[in-house]
Amino acid sequence: MENLHPVLPSAGNNDRLLPDKLGRRKFLTYCGLAASAATLAACKKDKDNNNMPPAGSIDLGMGDIGILNYAFALEQLEAAFYTQVVASPYSGITAGELALLTDIRDHEVAHREFFKAALGTKAIVSLEVNFSAVNFGSRDSVLATAKAFEDLGVSAYNGAGQLITDPAYLLLAGKIVSVEARHAAYIRDLISNGSFADNTVVDASGLDLASKPADVLMAAKPFLKSVLYAGNLPTA
Amino acid sequence: MNIQNIISEIAQFDSEVYDRLDSRRAAMRQFTRWGGRLALAAVPFALGSMFKKAYGQSSGGGITAVLNYALTLEYLEAEFYTKGAASGVVPAGTPAVGAINTIRDHENAHVVFLKNALNAMGATPVPKPTFDFTAGGAFANIFSNYDTFLAVAQTFEDTGVRAYKGRAAELITNNAVLTAALQIHSVEARHASHIRQMRKARGAGLKPWITGKDTGGIGAAVQASYNGEELTNQAGVDITKFVSANAASESFDEPLTAEQVLAIVKPFIV
Repeated sequence: MENLHPVLPSAGNNDRLLPDKLGRRKFLTYCGLAASAATLAACKKDKDNNNMPPAGSIDLGMGDIGILNYAFALEQLEAAFYTQVVASPYSGITAGELALLTDIRDHEVAHREFFKAALGTKAIVSLEVNFSAVNFGSRDSVLATAKAFEDLGVSAYNGAGQLITDPAYLLLAGKIVSVEARHAAYIRDLISNGSFADNTVVDASGLDLASKPADVLMAAKPFLKSVLYAGNLPTA
Repeated sequence: MNIQNIISEIAQFDSEVYDRLDSRRAAMRQFTRWGGRLALAAVPFALGSMFKKAYGQSSGGGITAVLNYALTLEYLEAEFYTKGAASGVVPAGTPAVGAINTIRDHENAHVVFLKNALNAMGATPVPKPTFDFTAGGAFANIFSNYDTFLAVAQTFEDTGVRAYKGRAAELITNNAVLTAALQIHSVEARHASHIRQMRKARGAGLKPWITGKDTGGIGAAVQASYNGEELTNQAGVDITKFVSANAASESFDEPLTAEQVLAIVKPFIV
């Protein structure tokens, strides 16, 4: 993974966001120091920064690395789900459905492994999932869960974009989110043809959902045995 | 959103914020005036404009240029679907009518949204170009042949996804604009997925996602919209170590530069 290091600097933040928003000098005065980029990034985040994660929980981390680990966590969840879907197809599955659900599994595995490789030693551990609420033999149950995961994934990436400071990571997130949106539309059409972008996900301005990590992780929680700690993620 | 809280937060470390905003009352009056005139969705942009004026920051140039670029593409899509839906090219009595109407409505909503955003930022929205959806005759039966219509629709959607992706990084300094652009970007991807399914139902060989740089049987006329999608190495990571080359290319959509996109849409602009 040595070749990744130029792509993933250890300081996951920079001060790019600040000048246009608040005026750098004022902000530095507030921070009370002429900060290094890393300290400045820490100052930018909320006051609960550097919280200790509760015992047994997995700390997603800070800054851009934290956001990448957050994405890694969601991709782990999706990959585990579709791996199970393909391993034990629901009754009545068509060849066409199985082929495309296998594609989706492969895409999610690709995303998961990409984040794992890119994060290297900064990657969180493999998560334990809990799919006890899913009936993998039932088309309705599987597709309803898939729809929830895909729409959640889209809203998560859309909401996380503004928390990323490195343009290269923003582009990577953009490359993935549109594939998740393609999945979401396909799954929705399997459930009800024409619901690919209905008004439960697209508002009157034609905008898709965008959610904060806290809300996304709350929705994902029932499907995870592992407990994630997001208290050090950037919030703005 | 609570505007007053935001201003109070800033006042904690910039005691002059109210002076910068002329005075608290004047600032809020100014903001209320904007807010009352605009769609609610544009309010964050109006707020950004208020701070921009107060701090003399020039967040405008690059960002409004990107928004006008997006607006141009949305004009193209909105008029395309509006004309298509009115032309009768979509088979009456089929689910396709509802799908095309949904997409039409979204593209028109994007036009309104982007114009409002630009106005709120104190910028001037570019005027709508005059379009020729036959692309100088290359798609002469665009509004009479359903397969031609869907082929061009697919190309517009897939290109739109790549266009937003290519310029998102230029919006990184403005959270509200960046988030809105991402929210449009994923809607375009939902459209692309559905249009591709519609073409598949008509017998075309393709999937909701883009495999390699395959056009889905449309051919050379639209190849430029797919070139580069075959990438299987992301940030130094060889994705084919984990999945097939096809899946590796499908699992990441690739950006296009403004120059590439403008070359693609140029034949459609008179």
